[in-house]
Amino acid sequence: MTPLIHSSLPACLALLALWGVIGLAGLLRPSSVGFAGRTLFPLGALCGVALAMVAASSLSAPPEQLTLQIGLPDLPMHVRRDALTSVFLFLLGAASAGISIFGAGYFRRGQGTAPGLLCLQYHLFLASMGFVLLADDAYAFMVAWETMALSSYFLVTTQHGLAEIRRAGFIYLLIAHIGAIAILLSFGVMQGGSWQFTFDAMRGAQLAPHWAAVAFLLALFGFGAKAGLVPLHVWLPEAHPAAPSPVSALMSGVMLKTAVYGVLRVTFDLLGTAEWWWGLVPLAFGLFSAVYGVVFAAAQTEMKRLLAYSSIENIGIIFAGLGLAIVFLGVGMPSLGALALIALLYHSLNHAFMKSLLFLGTGAVLHSTGERNLGRLGGLIHRMPWVAWLTLIGALALAGLPPLNGFVSEWLLLQAFLFAHEVPHTFINMLLPLGAAIIALAAALAAYVMVKFFGVIFLGQPREAALAHAHDAGVLERIGLVWLALGCFALGLLPTQVIKALRVVVEQLTGAPLAHQEEPWWLLVPLPDRHTSYSAPLFFAALSAIVILAIWAVRLFYHRRARLAAPWDCGFGRLTARMQDTAEGFGQPIRHIFGSFFAMKRELPSPFDSAPRYRVTVGDRIWQTLYVPIGALVQRVADAFAWLQQGRISTYLLYSFITLTVLLALVL
Amino acid sequence: MKPIEILTQLLEVFAALAAAPLFVGWINQCRAWLQNRSAPSLWLPYRGIRKLFQKDAVIAETASPLFRLAPYVVFGAMVVAAAIIPSMGTRLPFTAAADAIALVGLLATARVFLSLAAMDIGTAFGTLGARREMMVGFLAEPALLMVIFVASLISATTALPAITENLATQSLGLYPSLAFTAIAFTMVLLAENGRLPIDNPTTHLELTMIHEALLLEYSARHLALMEWAAALKLFNYACIGFALFIPWGVSTGESGPAALLASIPLLAAKLAVAGAALAFIETMLAKLRIFRAPEFLATAFLFAVLGLLVHLLLGA
Repeated sequence: MTPLIHSSLPACLALLALWGVIGLAGLLRPSSVGFAGRTLFPLGALCGVALAMVAASSLSAPPEQLTLQIGLPDLPMHVRRDALTSVFLFLLGAASAGISIFGAGYFRRGQGTAPGLLCLQYHLFLASMGFVLLADDAYAFMVAWETMALSSYFLVTTQHGLAEIRRAGFIYLLIAHIGAIAILLSFGVMQGGSWQFTFDAMRGAQLAPHWAAVAFLLALFGFGAKAGLVPLHVWLPEAHPAAPSPVSALMSGVMLKTAVYGVLRVTFDLLGTAEWWWGLVPLAFGLFSAVYGVVFAAAQTEMKRLLAYSSIENIGIIFAGLGLAIVFLGVGMPSLGALALIALLYHSLNHAFMKSLLFLGTGAVLHSTGERNLGRLGGLIHRMPWVAWLTLIGALALAGLPPLNGFVSEWLLLQAFLFAHEVPHTFINMLLPLGAAIIALAAALAAYVMVKFFGVIFLGQPREAALAHAHDAGVLERIGLVWLALGCFALGLLPTQVIKALRVVVEQLTGAPLAHQEEPWWLLVPLPDRHTSYSAPLFFAALSAIVILAIWAVRLFYHRRARLAAPWDCGFGRLTARMQDTAEGFGQPIRHIFGSFFAMKRELPSPFDSAPRYRVTVGDRIWQTLYVPIGALVQRVADAFAWLQQGRISTYLLYSFITLTVLLALVL
Repeated sequence: MKPIEILTQLLEVFAALAAAPLFVGWINQCRAWLQNRSAPSLWLPYRGIRKLFQKDAVIAETASPLFRLAPYVVFGAMVVAAAIIPSMGTRLPFTAAADAIALVGLLATARVFLSLAAMDIGTAFGTLGARREMMVGFLAEPALLMVIFVASLISATTALPAITENLATQSLGLYPSLAFTAIAFTMVLLAENGRLPIDNPTTHLELTMIHEALLLEYSARHLALMEWAAALKLFNYACIGFALFIPWGVSTGESGPAALLASIPLLAAKLAVAGAALAFIETMLAKLRIFRAPEFLATAFLFAVLGLLVHLLLGA
């Protein structure tokens, strides 16, 4: 592909700066919804489209570097764009374009934060994510990383009037900072005694193997906290439902991917030589997260919490792919390693589109009904056909069904797992193929979750009378949804083109070329020597041709007579919408089968209750076994230190005096 | 693409479409014999489908377009699946487009549409059936994928025709790992096709239904397509079993029309035996409680994993 412009790095920086300017422009008229919504958000979306185009066209260009003389004196910021950056910039630009244009229609009433300020936070969030991808030294990276965390914190707490939203924001901020400390420490290890914090210096640093492992594990911890890897996932199901829907979409679809970018950057670029056994750590945590996330998603009764847990599942799949890639590359199987890396990059792209689409769909539902509890929704496909059918595309994609995009990346990952038994380490080579079984279980459960999600919200009969007044999404919102749905289709139907692009990234990142032969544009052959292929266009064409042929044949040979009647009620005669299966009911088999995952509390009514109530709360076991004890420990330590706080000025003066004396003694 | 390949492809699809109801009729007949009842006609499923096509459709007032679309999608998915599975020959041009994993995905697509359509009306039984169908589905799908994995490991590819060809042309065609996976596959087949012991295909009590509860609101042409698709699904599963475990007799490689012709009576014979065996299994078993279904399918999964480990340990 010929570059659109000669040098794309300045263009990328200019577009990020433009996002900043758009955000600042929001402050000109902070209380005007019309100005921020109708003018600035569409501009931000255009900026996203431009960024995606620049990133896509610069993908195969050689890496470029720049030094920006901003920030502290004598501490310039380095930026760099290579193929890995380009892919994630594309993801950021393309996904955020759909989300911004949806947001233009979404933020219509003043809720909590003033719209102008919200616009600033939102665009600052976008720009900082872009800068995270471009940063080429630890200083610039951490500044961008923190800006990203803080701006998203303020976005999460848009409705700061509610105590539970403030609590969700606090948990998010806390875990974001624990992660940031680990990342900072990881950079500290990687500079390897040179005290140069540019990424160039880290690439050149020769680390002892154990220090390299420490740096990797710290980075995995830090980025895993941002990505929501179990057991660092607790902020996700709190923060995503608390945020406005476009922000949830942005956080789940895009921000989690910056963590994936970070761990890829550290592992394959900055550390360079990854040992094979490192891969077992992300593999194990990833597989566990995948199952854990999807099992919890199946038990949720609130639509955005359900999607948040589903994000944990997808992040788990991505990290499992990462682990597999490290193992393959470490034992000298570059072709399979490249395949696993492509699978994980592909899944990151897919997840950005399909999860954003679903979050925006829930946003439209929330807007139109004011209801986020699945138990009070239903039948919305009649009232909101646009949102329903577009959300269905996202749901089918997330369920990993062919020919949509979710299937392609899971297919690639399963292909990689299939050959994991060739790894030359006994026991490991027997355990690895079982990972495929776990991925298969997660994918099958994802289909269960998506049937529950879509079926309970959009199908059936409205469970509340108020739903009869639900209205479909506005024009701008529809454009955003259509954009993301088209992305799902394009990524699903053109895998060969996407993989051709991702192959460049993998070659640049690891030097491990994916063996490839010239194949027709419609046929995907991941490993030429294995005789395995998949053709999404042909598959889709065959399926739709048979469906259309069947419809036509039935009409031609028979008839299309139909009459409407009341649904079958078994002669009972008083069937109501309340008798449909609820979200709780749909979760019941999961609670039964995976009972040991949950901390469940049941309240059963006694037979003599005049107003019987049945209540079940499904809690996260990790919260109670890990976080509560740590919280208690921190509390105890803090209490122990509290006696220092005497509350008298003379005591504090004494502390200052002792400190000064000790310092003087040290210096002299 | 040679004419013989296109011919094989078309023949497989049309044979599946034509023979699937007959296979169901044959199983019903065997069941009746084994249970000492007088058997219905072999052709009863055809008559049922024809009758349903001619009736006027009655559609619930609360149905959305998804409800009308779903039978066609489910039917289409099963036809495409029939095109992927090498039941007569392994030179199938379309199979480049979809391998065994895509086949599992295709079956999952059909299941998801079936369940969504059942939820569309908003009655208690429809949603209950959808929930149960999806539960059986998510338990059976990993087991099925592991079964396919073992066969794929033996042949180092996930392309079904290549697997079948490899297994059919081996001099020593017996693998201990495949013995375990065959048991697992049979269990998955029973569960996925709404057979005993998971579901009862002849039940008329709504509470015990899975598959029939999903179809409760369908009538006329939609029901006909759903019934036909269910028959096709059973036929497809049987053919997957043949392709993986008794592949002998399919026309492979460069063999000409004679081998293709010879494979037709052989397929019929395999189906006759498999149908009788299925009827026998169903006669011997009682229906399990719905919450024993996870145990049943977990056993299937364990058998498949055992097959995998046996293959990795013994290399066979």
